This record gives sequence, C-alpha cells and structure tokens, in this order.
Amino acid sequence: MKIFVNGAATTQFGELWGVSPRSLARGSVSSALKDARIESAQVEALFVGNMLSGMLGGQEHLGAFFAEELGLPVPAFKVEGACASGGLALHNAVNSLLSGQYATVVVLGIEKMTDHKPEDVATALMGAGSEEERNAGATFPGLYAILARMHMNEFGTTEEQLAAVAVKNHYHASLNPNAQFHNLLTVEQVMRSSRVADPLKLLDCSPISDGAAAVVLSTKNIKGSVEVAASVVATDTLGLAQRAHLTQLTATQRAAEKAYRIAGLTAGQVSVAEVHDCFTVAEVLAMEDLGFFPRGKAAAAIEKGETRLGTSAGIVVNPSGGLKGCGHPVGATGVKQVVELVDQLRGSAGKRQVENATIGLAHNVGGSGATAVVHILKK
Amino acid sequence: MIGIVSYGSYIPRCRIPIADIARAWKKDAKEVVHSLGLTDKSVPAFDEDAATIAIESALSCFAPFHGDPTDIDVLFVGSESHPYAVNPTSTIVGELLGLGNAYLAADLEFACKAGTAAMQAIAGLVAAGHAKYGLAIGADTAQGKPHDFLEYTAAAGGAAFLLGSDHVAARLLADTSYSSDTPDFWRRDGMRYPSHAGRFTGEPAYYSHVMGAASRLFEMTGTTAADYDYCIFHMPNGKFPREVAKRLGFSREQLEPSLLVDHIGNAYSATTMLALSAVLDIARAGQKIFMVSYGSGAGSDAFVWETTSELNKIQQVREKKTLRVSDAISKKTYVDYIQFLKLTHKL
Repeated sequence: MKIFVNGAATTQFGELWGVSPRSLARGSVSSALKDARIESAQVEALFVGNMLSGMLGGQEHLGAFFAEELGLPVPAFKVEGACASGGLALHNAVNSLLSGQYATVVVLGIEKMTDHKPEDVATALMGAGSEEERNAGATFPGLYAILARMHMNEFGTTEEQLAAVAVKNHYHASLNPNAQFHNLLTVEQVMRSSRVADPLKLLDCSPISDGAAAVVLSTKNIKGSVEVAASVVATDTLGLAQRAHLTQLTATQRAAEKAYRIAGLTAGQVSVAEVHDCFTVAEVLAMEDLGFFPRGKAAAAIEKGETRLGTSAGIVVNPSGGLKGCGHPVGATGVKQVVELVDQLRGSAGKRQVENATIGLAHNVGGSGATAVVHILKK
Repeated sequence: MIGIVSYGSYIPRCRIPIADIARAWKKDAKEVVHSLGLTDKSVPAFDEDAATIAIESALSCFAPFHGDPTDIDVLFVGSESHPYAVNPTSTIVGELLGLGNAYLAADLEFACKAGTAAMQAIAGLVAAGHAKYGLAIGADTAQGKPHDFLEYTAAAGGAAFLLGSDHVAARLLADTSYSSDTPDFWRRDGMRYPSHAGRFTGEPAYYSHVMGAASRLFEMTGTTAADYDYCIFHMPNGKFPREVAKRLGFSREQLEPSLLVDHIGNAYSATTMLALSAVLDIARAGQKIFMVSYGSGAGSDAFVWETTSELNKIQQVREKKTLRVSDAISKKTYVDYIQFLKLTHKL
C-alpha cells in the first residue's frame, strides 16, 4: 500500500502575539483540506503534533480540543516527542493508514510559544532532556554547544563554518513569505552576536516561534499528490552522557539507513532536504548522519555553498529557511518540513524552488538526538 | 492657562556600573552595555524608598516656589514601588511637606507612567477649578530580580511637578492618552519582583502605545516633529527612546537632552518626569516640548509643553542650589555589586 500527501499548508511562522492556537489550527487545516480538495467530512482521524501545550498552556487533551475546534468529530490524538512531535505525529498517521484503520487523515503540527515568559519556555523545553541534565542546570543551547565543541575538536570545524549555516538559511527564509525572518545575515553578524553557550552565539540558535502546519494524508493518489516513500523513527538515550559518540546522532543514522532501504534509494539521490537545524551545528551533524557528506566534511561544504539555492550542484538543504530562518514552533516543525517538500516536489515553491526536485527528505529531531524521524517523499 | 508652576527632581547618589552587574553573572560586559545602551544605574540608599524619594523631589520642587504649601489642594504620588500595599504614600508625603489636611491625596500605580497620569489628572482638576495647585510626583525604587534582564536597568529616582494657572513656567498646550490591555510586565500582590514577557515588551507594548499616543497628539495639534525644540520619551533602556524618536521623525538633537537613561537607568514612574526636568533646566522661553510616557499594562500619556519667561526664575534657583538634574547626575558614588545587593535589601 502506498501513502500520499494530498494537501499541505502552513500558517505564517513568527511572533504571532495576536493569534490564538485555535486560529493557527483552523488556518492551517482549512488550507490543507482546500489544497487536497476534500471536505472535512471525509477526514477519519486527526493526529496532533505538539510538545508544550500542557506545560505552557495548561491544556492537555489536545486531540479532542482541536477536533472540537476544527469541527472534526473523529478519533483524535496528541503525539508528543519533544521537537520531533510533528514528525512523530506524521509517522503515527502513516501507520494508521498502512494498518487499514483509516483511509484519509489529517496531521496538524502546532505550537504557541511566544505568549509565555522566555524562562518558562526554556524550562519547558528542557523537559525534553534527561533528568541529570536538568538537575545540572543544562539547557539545549548548552548541550548542542558540547556537540559543536566536540565536532570542532575532532574535525577542525570552525565557528565561521557554523555561522555559514545561519547565513544560508536566512537567505532561503528571505524567499519564503511564511518564514519568521526575512533579513539576510553575514558571517560577521553571526560571529558578533551575543554568546549564548560558547561556541554557539545568538544567531546560531533557532528562535522561539508560533506557528502551525497541516497535511492531509490518504491512500489515494489524487492529482498533485506526493508519495510518502518512507516514514521511520529511531531513538537514542535522552542524555548526552550515555552516548557512544558526540560528533554524530546515532538515532538519525539509524532512521536514515532504514528509510533509504524502505524507499529503495541512496542519500545521493535526494535532491532537497529539510533538516533539523535547531542550532547551526545540528545541520552539520545532520548532513553527515544522513549520508549527504562524509564525516567531518559537511561544514566546509556548507561554507562553500554546496547546499544553498543557486550555488548547489547537488542537494539543496532547508529551502524553507529551516528552523533557524523559518522559525521553530516545536510541534509544528516536523509537519512544516513535509509541507515544504510537497511544495518543492510539486514545483510550486516559487522563488525558493529547487530545480528538478524529485526526491525530498525531512529530518526531525527531538531533544539532543533522543528521537529522530526521517520521511522520504517522492514525486 | 494651565501649566507647570514649579518642578523638582531627585536622583539617589549611589550608582552601579552596568558592566559590574554583567560581570557578576559572568556575562560579556561590553556586549550587555552595548545592547542596552546605558552605562550606570542609580541605586537607592539603604534607608530610601519611594516615599522618601517623593519627599526629596517635592522639596526640590518647593525651592523655587514662593506660594503657600497649604494652597496645594491635590497630591498624587505615582509609583510601582509604593512602600505599602495598603496605606497611602501620598499622605506620608503630604504630612511631611506640611500641606495641612484640606487636600485630596491619592496613590497612583501604572507601571512607569503613574507619575504622568497624576500630571494629567491634576491638570484636569486645576482646569475645572477644583484645585488651585496640584502636586504630581513620580517616585520609584524599581526592583529587578537578580539575574533577570531588569536588574541592569531598574533604577531609583523621583520628580515632582506643581501644576497651577498662575506664574506658569511651561504651558500645557495639549495632552492625550493611549491605553490597552497589554500584559507585557506585571507584579502580583505579594510578589517581590515583577515579571515581564521578554520581546513582547517591544513592538506590541512600548512602540505600539508610544507611537499611538504620539500620533494622536500630532493629529490633535496639527503638528509634526519639526515643530518642536525637544522630544522626550519613556526610557526603559537606551535603545527604545532612540528608535521611537527616529520612527516619529525627531532628530538626535531634539532627543539628546532628555536621554538620562544612559547615566541613571530607568527610574520607572520618575523617568519621563525626570527627563522633562532635565529639558526644562536648559530650555529657553517660548520653546516647545513633545513628551510621551509609557507604562506597562499598558498605556502612554502624551503632552505638549511651551515654556514661558517664568522658567528662567526657576532655573536660577535650581542652579544656585545645585538642584538641576545635571547636578544630581554628577553627584555620584559608585557601589559594587555586593553593596548594591545590600542597599536594595537582597542580602
């Protein structure tokens, strides 16, 4: 059985202080249904990817909450996996279709973060870490800074090369009307920005964002559909201390290897990828863990423009702007990545269109690599 | 014509360099100073609070005032750090100033704009004939939680404005307000330190309200930025007033004399009023001043003042008695971070 994305949409991402979670959900789901040209009565189940509604909004029972809001009286589920919540929701939706339980489902990824105090958001996000890390006062910028330092020590990766990731992704975001940031960056600006957790600076970090994204999945290959060729999840230890490696995310490698096998593809065949650049170093790790570049070679390649629109001769990475440029409403991110790939594979991505895009890969990470979700989409 | 009959100001003597606070928390001091746009902030002495600061600023206001304090029919004290949750600061101040008993006293609270709200209300009472003189005071010993961003800027200070209709040194030509329910900064009863909503305090809060009030005032008066000699905006940090002045079309020269935040931080209810005092200290007769306050929660009060020949008499007294804002800024004693914690009762 094959699974298809029939419709896809995102809201604007950003500091949406005047927009409620209900409005975000309505906006993205109604656009996705319209895109799929189906009525809501045809939807048989709703999967909601979200991380923080309980800790920040005091609202659990999110499946029924949005089912009511969307006028979809169907089975509804909240799926949580930290920043991989959106990807995990997609995976569960795909499985529900493969099982034959449903024929058409909606996946909504959503997060409302900017209504809350930054320290409360930071504490809530740290819920994705291990107990030892929380007790030690670690934060995710700190944990990814450890990974960055290790990569620098082992492969000679430089801070300027990390900065190049942010520069590229802001350029892509400047072409995306739904992105949080439309300003271009220079390596110097990234280097001069405030230090958050050495060697990571403010402009190495993805922002706190609001936003929602939705896709309609079904077993029908209607016009404009994109096939989900693989949907794979892998996990690793919550904390960094128990990991065998600190210069690679094993969960990403495992998920990618299995996804390529299921799809019958190799990394070299992927033309466009949306990867989890929560921090610039995370994109470097992803490039290597997904097999796009040999170990230790990705940072230099990114710096040379080998993954940038207009200068890449091969794969283009994060044409949406990624988490850094497009924004990172955590539960929405994994779904937004797939929405971007659908646009790219349909050839409807406008100014940020990747030429001859045929195979797309979405890579969504929870925590510091404890969960990795890989989806492969093809025309 | 209603206007300012006299004014006074008070800034505690102690200062802490912002760089010292940054270093205490292992932050990059240069970066913090640059991003906030201020170098020092004022710190209250161990025995100073909003009431003592209000009295100091009122006494400074009385120095050039030749009238009888018992002719003051209204006393409003605006503060976000009133010493008591219940028990008015205004009666403590009124008693020590010798206002007698035949006066209306009230405490106002509206984050950083409670003092200008007092000025606007008193102007109305004087205009209606309910009061001969009214004293509006903004005084604060603002609190920032250690390690919170506010710790760099929350300062102490006070300013007092006596409003009336005779011997007016600055005429009130127009005023307006702009308010909305915008929870960008708050402190619940019983909580020691305020909370704030990070970046939300910028565009939808400060800029939206200051720009809203300023636009209304431009419309009401049929003026533009070019019609004014000076502009004054609330200063939660060094960046916001500069940016809002630029957006409204004011030049650096029009804004510069009011930028006290660089030297003393944000004295909350007193900030805009202290800035008006600093401008009045140097203004000549017949000059126009555009002023907009901002209080979180949120609202802005906006005023147009025009100075008169009476102003010079006040300036002379303030200069002779070294009461000018510039005098208070230069009279300073630096304290280190540990002393700062002691003085503000955190240790």
